Amino acid sequence: MAAHEDGDAGGIAAGEAKAGTGRVAAPRQAPMAAPMVEYLLRLGDDRLILGHRMSELTGHGPILEEDIATANIALDLIGQAAQVLKLAGEVEGAGRDENALAYFRDGVKFRNCLLVELPQGDFGDTMVRQFLFDAHSVLLLEALTKCGQETLAAIAAKALKEDKYHLRHSSEWVVRLGDGTDESHARVQASLERLWKYTGELFAHDDIDTAVAALGIVIDHAGIRSRWDAMVTDVLARATLTRPVDGPMQSGGRRGRHTEHLGHLLATMQSVARAHPGASW
Amino acid sequence: MSTLFSREQLYEILNTVPDPEVPAISVVELGIVRDAQQRADGTVEVTITPTYSGCPAMYEIEKDVRTALESAGATAVEVRTVLSPAWTTDWIPEAAREKLRKYGIAPPGRAESAGFVTLTRARTPVACPWCGSRNTSLKSEFGSTACKAIHVCNECRQPFDEFKAF
Repeated sequence: MAAHEDGDAGGIAAGEAKAGTGRVAAPRQAPMAAPMVEYLLRLGDDRLILGHRMSELTGHGPILEEDIATANIALDLIGQAAQVLKLAGEVEGAGRDENALAYFRDGVKFRNCLLVELPQGDFGDTMVRQFLFDAHSVLLLEALTKCGQETLAAIAAKALKEDKYHLRHSSEWVVRLGDGTDESHARVQASLERLWKYTGELFAHDDIDTAVAALGIVIDHAGIRSRWDAMVTDVLARATLTRPVDGPMQSGGRRGRHTEHLGHLLATMQSVARAHPGASW
Repeated sequence: MSTLFSREQLYEILNTVPDPEVPAISVVELGIVRDAQQRADGTVEVTITPTYSGCPAMYEIEKDVRTALESAGATAVEVRTVLSPAWTTDWIPEAAREKLRKYGIAPPGRAESAGFVTLTRARTPVACPWCGSRNTSLKSEFGSTACKAIHVCNECRQPFDEFKAF
């Protein structure tokens, strides 16, 4: 009965998260780190985990141009993550750098949203997820360029330029696949239906957001949501896709309650660093 | 005792350091060297900025900058990285653009303004660096390195890289 017993066969489809369903008591959690650190981990982890997922396509892209494109996008996201996590480590002041945070943290300490950790699935799943994320990311980064944390504003200004390229790329694929063949249309419509319930977490506002607002990071999540909605609705219409109806949303990632997929991802991503701590080449 | 360098001399030395991924132009021409000066204690301080967040060439560039300055007589070199203002292809001077073209890379157009992303941007065809024709098609906005896009010329049938406006 539990969705996770289905294994990974369905790619993103298998990401029917246990997390956040309310059936499972919240696991033991480490006390919340300082709000700014916590906020930066959310931002950095989203990009690290999505970048890693995207890098799984390197060498496996459907065509050469896409192989190169997805590798480039992965590189941008991981580069952005490195900068944000470096800053998180500096703010935390406990001597952890971006590598320590990426490679030597366990799953429950990760703060990424669930959307980015779901398995890659088919190319349609990959592009729909990327599109939903990119559309949010450009709006968030644009807001962050004006935030009161100087280093974060600089990182955001740079990342925004990159994510605009990502958004154009992913939205063009959504249109191409949605308005393509019957098969591609049906498949990306199904991807959209499956992934929609993970979008709510992108706009959630909690006590961490309130706390960092007092530190100069004021994000209007409701405003971002309505602009995201307009952009997504426009692209889906051009793709002849039907916008899913908002239903119950999955969440939990921001508090360290993840799907079973994150652990597998981390096992791969962290294995070399953990087998050879301190190694350099 | 360390050699004394003027700012101009430092830039002259740095201008001999090629970009590792686009060796047709130097790291100065690419716009990633933001400042170079010698401190009172003799240390040469070079400030660089990354092109893209994940640019894998940054470590290589730092090493090359250090080597060039040390072989010119600098005893202590410090390379600092800054993120703001964000790098833009608008910093590449005209002469360097011509070098790119001769190397087979279409130089960048004007960078998009800070305004919001247009999803259905009408793309002006990029001139082929080989035959000059504007009868070209964009194949992918992501090329062999983060800073390049792939086009193909419909006249001379050559694929080519474009240094994308960023």
